Amino acid sequence: MKLFLTIQRDVLKRPLISQVVLETGVMINVERAHIDSNEGWVLIDVPENEEARISSRLTELGVQVKKLENAVVHDEHECVECGACLSICPQEVFSFDQEFHLVIKEERCILCGQCVCACPHQALSIRQ
Amino acid sequence: MTKSIEEINLKIRDGNAIVVTAEEMPDIVSELGEEGALREVDVVTTGTFGAMCSSGAFLNFGHADPPIRMERIWLNDVEAYAGIAAVDAYIGATQESTTEGSKYGGAHVIEDLVSGRQIELRAISKGTDCYPRRTITTELLLEDLNQAVMVNPRNAYQSYNAVINRSDRTLNTYMGMLLSNQGNISYSGAGLLSPLANDPTFNLIGSGVPLFLGGGEGVIVGEGTQSSPSNGFGTLMVSGDLNSMNPDYLRAASFTGYGVSLYVGLGIALPMLNVDTVKNCAVRDEDLITAIVDYGTPRRDRPVVRTVSYAELKSGHVEIDGELVRTSSMSSYSHARQVAHELKSLVEAGSFTVALPTRRINTGKRSHPMRETRQTPRIREIMNPAVVTITEDESVKTAARKLLKGETNHLPVIDLQGKLVGIITTYDVSKSVLLKGDSLKVSEIMSKKVVVVTPDEPVDVAAQRLEHHNISALPVVDSEFHVIGILNAVDLGKLFSRRWQP
Ligand code: SF4
Ligand code: SF4
Repeated sequence: MKLFLTIQRDVLKRPLISQVVLETGVMINVERAHIDSNEGWVLIDVPENEEARISSRLTELGVQVKKLENAVVHDEHECVECGACLSICPQEVFSFDQEFHLVIKEERCILCGQCVCACPHQALSIRQ
Repeated sequence: MTKSIEEINLKIRDGNAIVVTAEEMPDIVSELGEEGALREVDVVTTGTFGAMCSSGAFLNFGHADPPIRMERIWLNDVEAYAGIAAVDAYIGATQESTTEGSKYGGAHVIEDLVSGRQIELRAISKGTDCYPRRTITTELLLEDLNQAVMVNPRNAYQSYNAVINRSDRTLNTYMGMLLSNQGNISYSGAGLLSPLANDPTFNLIGSGVPLFLGGGEGVIVGEGTQSSPSNGFGTLMVSGDLNSMNPDYLRAASFTGYGVSLYVGLGIALPMLNVDTVKNCAVRDEDLITAIVDYGTPRRDRPVVRTVSYAELKSGHVEIDGELVRTSSMSSYSHARQVAHELKSLVEAGSFTVALPTRRINTGKRSHPMRETRQTPRIREIMNPAVVTITEDESVKTAARKLLKGETNHLPVIDLQGKLVGIITTYDVSKSVLLKGDSLKVSEIMSKKVVVVTPDEPVDVAAQRLEHHNISALPVVDSEFHVIGILNAVDLGKLFSRRWQP
């Protein structure tokens, strides 16, 4: 399960993620991160059954935690099921079923945004 | 055994025709044999649904009062060609909006009209004795037009190259996003469902043959532009009434970094007259071979990386140099199927009959490249051969002196053999002097990643390269990487502004 962490300036300097990994013994996968002088955000992947524990510990440490659900938004009316999105997504979020209908595994999305500009029918967007 | 077109049409009108799609046909032929399939099947329907840039529509608006001879026309800010008398225009699918750029274009105007949405017409004229009016602005619906006839000069490509990108930069093309270093493959076409794949000899497909176009009934005009059937790249010019069409089968698209296109659903019903027609419709994706070409080379003749079947392309992966590369289709297979099925229902219901060409398409034709009487200038012609260079061991101070004296902002850095190893700019030098004094050597502050051009490349390639890397000069190198000149953005800019003066 993916968690979107927003970290304020005052806590930014501390090795928060390492601390939580050591304390809980849960493997955390950092998928994307962006940090500048004022604020930072980190996208992490944690096992489903450990989500509650990780979230509460991070919150205690002053991190704002948001579960990432339905991150990539698909407009069925605009989509023509071409498949332009299939090969450009680094996470293989998109695939075709046997009948060449589009299947979206949105839980894999890491919000890179690549598919948004690759879709010729403007059928994809990223929920902010 | 043979069947006549009249026999088949009689069956269609009686509702007794046996119709299958081109996807079902190969297995039927395997099971029943060619003769058996001919006895069993009367019509095979094909379908394709993809970006068909070469599309558009003739529109007639009727006369205004006082009348105007419209010389330039914009529909929702997209210019339509108006050089065809007073009240007609041709709206081309790829024409872009003057206000919204590539987000909205001719394809969107066509989709809006077919969807029943209102569009705004603006036109200007110089005014004449018979047509005194000079401007007009009005709102129109499709039903307000006298005629709205889609005429697509080049649709339904017989086959199409698949593309890959071996350069180190992501490319945005009309074949979609091509990731760098052969990160993906993009292809187009419905494979075994494609109309021309099922009649590569153009026995059944030609002028006057009815077809399913954009959800309505249209007709094949004849040979499409750029048609080249002798090497497997035949195309069709097709036409149909926009009023009969349906937005499910006409969808505007906008390719990032490229522009606007129109997705068109198109299908042809093929009568099974004899064993040859049956054989042609038994084609499978495994039999349809196309080439994967490298779009990393920005020239007309692009290197072929390998050949590939549609079966492999559709599987989602193709092996290149021992690696599995993911594929993307630009056309929609599920919608191509929908076209073939819709057409099948129309024929079964007796509302779509078949016909033979009134005029055959020339299958021997091969399209040739443009005759160019003036070669685009090469880098050699506009580069500055008096390039000032510096060696990597010299001091930053020397660099500063050379920059000042040479009245240039870029110094290519060479090694003792005279080979290019880096570049420094006025900015690098000033920064270094400010931070570290002038004690450093050139090699310590130079950028080692240098973007270069070769003397025989066209200037347009250099212009693209400057823009992509956001830089203002390019060292020109020969095959040994010796610096033989420098190309400045300013010189290039001058050339382009001169070239486009009318
Ligand atoms: S690229 Fe866009 S239109 Fe094509 S399948 Fe993906 S979401 Fe649908
Ligand atoms: S945003 Fe990136 S990871 Fe998410 S679906 Fe689009 S391409 Fe894939």
